[in-house]
Amino acid sequence: MITLNWVLIFSAALFSIGLFGVLARRNAVAILMGIELMLNAVNVNLVGFWRFSNPAVITGQAFAVIVFAVAAAEVAVGLALVISIYRRRKTIAADDIDLMKW
Amino acid sequence: MTGMDSLFLIFAVITLISAFLVVTTKNLFHAALWLIMTLFGVAAIYVLLNAFYLAVIQVIVYIGAIAILMIFAIMLTQRVMNPSGRIFNKNWIIAALLGAFMFIGLVIISMQTGASKTTLPQISGQLDTVSELGQALVSPNAYVIPFEVASVLLLAALIGAIFVSRKR
Repeated sequence: MITLNWVLIFSAALFSIGLFGVLARRNAVAILMGIELMLNAVNVNLVGFWRFSNPAVITGQAFAVIVFAVAAAEVAVGLALVISIYRRRKTIAADDIDLMKW
Repeated sequence: MTGMDSLFLIFAVITLISAFLVVTTKNLFHAALWLIMTLFGVAAIYVLLNAFYLAVIQVIVYIGAIAILMIFAIMLTQRVMNPSGRIFNKNWIIAALLGAFMFIGLVIISMQTGASKTTLPQISGQLDTVSELGQALVSPNAYVIPFEVASVLLLAALIGAIFVSRKR
């Protein structure tokens, strides 16, 4: 019988894979993909808690909708930054972009 | 093991394998295609958990907009990442350890709560969660303020993205 723990472990695994992608990949677009995985894991968690507690209270789904909007805004601005950096420096490898590193 | 359980396990395994391929595939375009697969798997999980509205929005917003935007960015910047270059930075072992510890820690925390004994409650027949969600998002004593703030955020992000990426 499916329990809340299954959903929590699934979303924990998705979040950890996304975290690894964010920390380890060199390409800035790949880092944004890792962030998308982490946001999806958060949404799965919210939906899981909504479904397994009281489905008549819609709070979990409402939060997930707000997370969707924030994810769309975040990826639009993030990709605009990547394109802008590519125009100026001809690279999008995250460890080559070290202008503000001393 | 009911049908719902096996469906959940199948979709979870598909989603996790494609998520792993997203972060490890060398070709960034293939990684974007695996990302689409992952997003479809998460949409299937939403359907299994009765969040039908979120499943549709997942397909429309994430796959139809965000993943396509990613592919645009990859196409515009692809030539710079030469195929022989490294895909991970030099700290990737620490990153992998951190991810593994994060997973183990989250699993231990979820084991300590009562989550392993919480079974699926029945949804009563007359409860329409989609219309409940729609009313909650525009009702003044529910979530209308976060809803409006999200629309202002989207407008700000739209203008900001145009401003940041325009030619000057």
